[in-house]
Amino acid sequence: MYKIARKVELNANVTLMDIEAPFIAKKAKAGQFIIFRIDDKGERVPLTIAGYDREKGTVTIIFQKVGFATIALGNLNEGDYIQDFVGPLGKPTPVEGKKKVCVVGGGVGCAIALPSAKAFKEAGAEVTVIIGFRSKDIVILEEEFKAVADRLILMTDDGSYGRHGLVTQPLKEMLEAGEEFDEVLAIGPVPMMKFVALTTKPFGTHTSVSLNPIMVDGTGMCGGCRVTVGGEVKFACVDGPEFDGHQVDFAELMSRNSVYRGREAEVTEKHACRMEAMGKALIK
Amino acid sequence: MANMTLVKTPMPEQDPKVRARNFKEVTLGYTAEMAIEEAGRCLKCKNPKCVEGCPVNVRIPEFIGKVAEGDFKAAYEIITSTNALPALSGRVCPQESQCEAKCVRGIKGEPVAIGRLERFVADWYRENINEMPEKVPSNGKKVAVVGSGPAGMTCASDLAKLGYEVTMFEALHTAGGVLVYGIPEFRLPKAIVANEITKLEAQGVQVMTNMVIGRVLTIDELFEMGYKAVFVGSGAGLPMFMNIPGESLKGVMSANEYLTRTNLMKAYDENYDTPIIKSKAVAVVGGGNVAMDGARCAMRLGAEHVYIVYRRGEAEMPAREEEKHHAKEEGIEFKTLCNPVEILSDEEGRACGIKCIRMELGEPDASGRRRPVEIPGSEFVLDVDTVIMALGTSPNPLIRSTTPGLETNRKGCLIVNENEMTTRDGVFAGGDAVTGAATVILAMGAGKKGAAAIHEYLNK
Repeated sequence: MYKIARKVELNANVTLMDIEAPFIAKKAKAGQFIIFRIDDKGERVPLTIAGYDREKGTVTIIFQKVGFATIALGNLNEGDYIQDFVGPLGKPTPVEGKKKVCVVGGGVGCAIALPSAKAFKEAGAEVTVIIGFRSKDIVILEEEFKAVADRLILMTDDGSYGRHGLVTQPLKEMLEAGEEFDEVLAIGPVPMMKFVALTTKPFGTHTSVSLNPIMVDGTGMCGGCRVTVGGEVKFACVDGPEFDGHQVDFAELMSRNSVYRGREAEVTEKHACRMEAMGKALIK
Repeated sequence: MANMTLVKTPMPEQDPKVRARNFKEVTLGYTAEMAIEEAGRCLKCKNPKCVEGCPVNVRIPEFIGKVAEGDFKAAYEIITSTNALPALSGRVCPQESQCEAKCVRGIKGEPVAIGRLERFVADWYRENINEMPEKVPSNGKKVAVVGSGPAGMTCASDLAKLGYEVTMFEALHTAGGVLVYGIPEFRLPKAIVANEITKLEAQGVQVMTNMVIGRVLTIDELFEMGYKAVFVGSGAGLPMFMNIPGESLKGVMSANEYLTRTNLMKAYDENYDTPIIKSKAVAVVGGGNVAMDGARCAMRLGAEHVYIVYRRGEAEMPAREEEKHHAKEEGIEFKTLCNPVEILSDEEGRACGIKCIRMELGEPDASGRRRPVEIPGSEFVLDVDTVIMALGTSPNPLIRSTTPGLETNRKGCLIVNENEMTTRDGVFAGGDAVTGAATVILAMGAGKKGAAAIHEYLNK
C-alpha cells in the first residue's frame, strides 16, 4: 500500500499528489513513468512522473481527471492509500550534452515537461519553455516553469492569458528567426506533439515526443503499447516513452489509443449503477 | 493384487458446453474413492522409471502406495519432500511426456494417472489440513529471488527451509508469475497459487510485489543491500509478433496481453475495471499451450467463433494433447497448415479479417519437425475482429541490460554453468530466463537446483 502524502488541486480538473514510494523516489528520473492501481479491482494506469523528493521518499504525479481510474484517484485524500504504485519505468529523458533546448508542454502534459526542463537545466543547457493551455483558468505550474526556464512563453488557445495562439507559433517564429536548438522535447496531447514535430521537421531540429499509449504491465510483457517509429515496432514502456517525433506514426498511435473508447463510459456507468444500488440498499 | 484395468480411472470434468462459457476449473479432480482405485493400478516397480521421468524426482510409487492405503497425509509428505508445489504440477505438468511416459502400465493400456493422483493428494491436504510450514531459525544470510513464478517460488521455498532470509521480488502487483498472469483460472485456480504464496510467507519469505528489478533496483544494488546471492527466475515474458501488415490494428494483441487482462486483471469478472475487447470472432495464431489458453479464454469471454491458426499440422503442435482435446470439445476450430500473411482493416482501423495462406509439410527442419511450405495461390480470409498472437516469448532484457557482466546467448537467455551460476559471481538463474519458454515443472526443477547451488556457494 502506498500513502498519499500530499494532495493539491491545480485546477478544476488537474490534481497533484505526492505518493510515498521510497524505492521509486530514490531512483526516478525525468521522463520515466509509474503505473498505479487504486484497489484490487482497478485498472493499471501509467502516468509520467512529475517530480520526486529523494529525501522524503515521495514521487509526485499530476493527472487530469478524465477516465474512471483518474477520477477515482482524484477522489482520494491526503492520508489515504492506494494499492499499487510501480516504477520507475521506461527510459529517462536523455539530457546529457545538450547546450540549448526547447521544452514544449501542452495542458496537463506540462506537468511532466517540468521535470525534464529542470533536468536539462541541471545538465547545463539553456532552456526555453513554451507552455500552452486552452484558457487562463486551467494554467498550471507557471511559477515553477519561471524558476527553471531561461525564457518562458505561455500560450492560451483563446487569448485569455499570455499570448494568444498555439505552442507551435512561437516555436516556428524562433526557428525561422534562425534560432537553433539541440533538442526540442514536446509533451502533451498527441495532436500537439504531432504538430510540434511537423513544425521542426523542415528545420531538421531533433525533436522528441513523450508517448503514453495503452499498456498493462509497463515492463515489455504485453506489447499493448507498441508504436511504429521509423517503420519499426517499438514498445513505449521499455524502448520509450520518448521517441524521435519525426519518425513516430502518429495516425496509428491515435487509432490504437481509441481501442477501448466507449468502454470507459461503460465502466463509469457500471460504477454509477453499483453505487446507486448500494445507495438504494442503504435507504432500505 | 494390483488393479489391472487397462485405462485410467476417469476424472470428472465440467460438461464442455457449460464450461466453454465459464471460468471455473475444467477438471474436477478425483474423489478419495477414485484416487484409491487408481492408486491400485501402480505395480510398485522396484526400479521405478517414472521417478527418472520427473524433473524433480517425486518418489512416485511411494506416495501412490500411501494413497492406496488411504493415508493421504503421508502421501503428501512424501511428495513435498521433493516437490514444493504439487497442486500446481499435478495440474499443469505434461505428465504424458514425463513420469507417465515411463510408466510400465503404459506399455499395454494407459499409464497410471500419476498427475491426477498428485493433484488429488495436494488438494486433499489443502482442503483438510493446510498446515502452514514453520519458519526455520535464520542463519543470518540474505538471498534475493527475482521473479515469483514457479522457478522463484521453488527456489525461495528451498532456501527458506535451509534458514536463509529470502526476499522474493515480483514486478507485477500479484505474486505467482506466469501461474497468475498466464495460465487461466479454469486450468489453475488462482486461490491455489495464492495459498502457495501464503505458505512461502509462513516460511519467512518476504514477498515484495511492484518491484521491477533492473529498474527500481539493479542486481548490483541488491548485493549492496546485503544480499549474499541472487537467483534470477524472471521467466520469458517478451512477446513475439509476426511482422506482417496489419499487426498494429486495433484488435490485434499478444497472447500475453490478452491473458494478462483476462487472468491477472480478471477482465471476465464484471466487478473488475479491466477493459477487454468484446470479440465476435477470434483467430489465435500459434499451436502451443498458450495459444490454447488464449483461444479457450476468448470462447469463455463470449466469442461466437474461435480459430486456432497454425502453420504446421495438428500432430506438430507443441500443445499438450489434453489441452488440444479440451479446446476442441469446447468448440475451438483448428485451422492447421495455415499461415497468416496479413491482417485486414476496416475503415476505423480495427481488424476485420486475417488473410492466411495454406501450407503443406516439406522436409524436416532443424527442430526435426517437417517444415511447412506455402502453397502458391491458396490465400483465403477468415472473418475475425480479434487476432491474438501466441507465437512464443523470449526473456525480458531488463535485467541483462542493467547488470554488467551478465552474459546471454543469441536468444537473450542467461548463460549458466553446471551449478546454475551465471557469468556473474553469486548470481544464479533458472527457469525460462535460462531455457527460453518451457514448462512449469522444468522451472521448478531449476529453482530447486538453484537453491542447492546457492546453499553450496554460501557455505564454501
